[in-house]
Amino acid sequence: MSVKLNTRQVGDVTVVDVAGRITLGEGTSALRDTLRGLVGKGQKKILLNLGEVSYIDSSGIGELVSGFTTVTNAGGQMKLLNLNKRVKDLLQITKLYTVFDVHEDEAAAIRSFA
Amino acid sequence: MLENTRHAPEIVERFLESTLESVDSAEDIAVGVAQRAGLDEDEQMKIGMAVRESMVNAVVHGNRYSAQKKVRFSVVRNAERFTILIADQGEGFDFEHLPDPLAPDNLLRSSGRGIFLMRSFMDEFQIRHLEPQGTEVTLIKYMVSK
Repeated sequence: MSVKLNTRQVGDVTVVDVAGRITLGEGTSALRDTLRGLVGKGQKKILLNLGEVSYIDSSGIGELVSGFTTVTNAGGQMKLLNLNKRVKDLLQITKLYTVFDVHEDEAAAIRSFA
Repeated sequence: MLENTRHAPEIVERFLESTLESVDSAEDIAVGVAQRAGLDEDEQMKIGMAVRESMVNAVVHGNRYSAQKKVRFSVVRNAERFTILIADQGEGFDFEHLPDPLAPDNLLRSSGRGIFLMRSFMDEFQIRHLEPQGTEVTLIKYMVSK
């Protein structure tokens, strides 16, 4: 499996559940298309649930950064939820962990947008 | 039987097409050799990821997906070290002056982290220009801590 994305609405927050591999090609394209689509529809509060992401490469990290910039430049917020150890380690060694607002509990993450 | 497998040297060499499928193939081969060498899951992941990053550079930035250009990929594993060589036939790039992906001004760049990750995940990282053209990357993981 490459990557599977599913979006759901919780109040005014759009939660994007991501599963699989976010790597150059299908994975990064799908993530880019989804985030740009949400921004295009005026969604300002986006929570990216990475709990089922098994693998992410530097292109995937780049796509997270790119998505974050796109959402922020459109006046919105993009936050991350449920990082597994590998993704967390990657964001830490690339010094991106503190750039993103990272949460472990979905309800708390939703409340943090208010 | 497993002990014999772990101690037997293993050599794999391939000439791969310049496609993203080749990136997956190279990663799978390297992880397979690492598994048979008895490396733990974390080390397998690091080797696989370093190979993926280097293969992406070779296919995308080096050979630019050209059907006329191949990527030479080899894995040599012996009792001391795990050595991966990845060589493209591209025009090369200035690897002496790469921007630091950890610099504050570069943190929000969408690219430029591949070589940094290879250096982070492997014990040694070497890169050189090939004549008449191409770039060769050597990734080394020690089988025993130095």
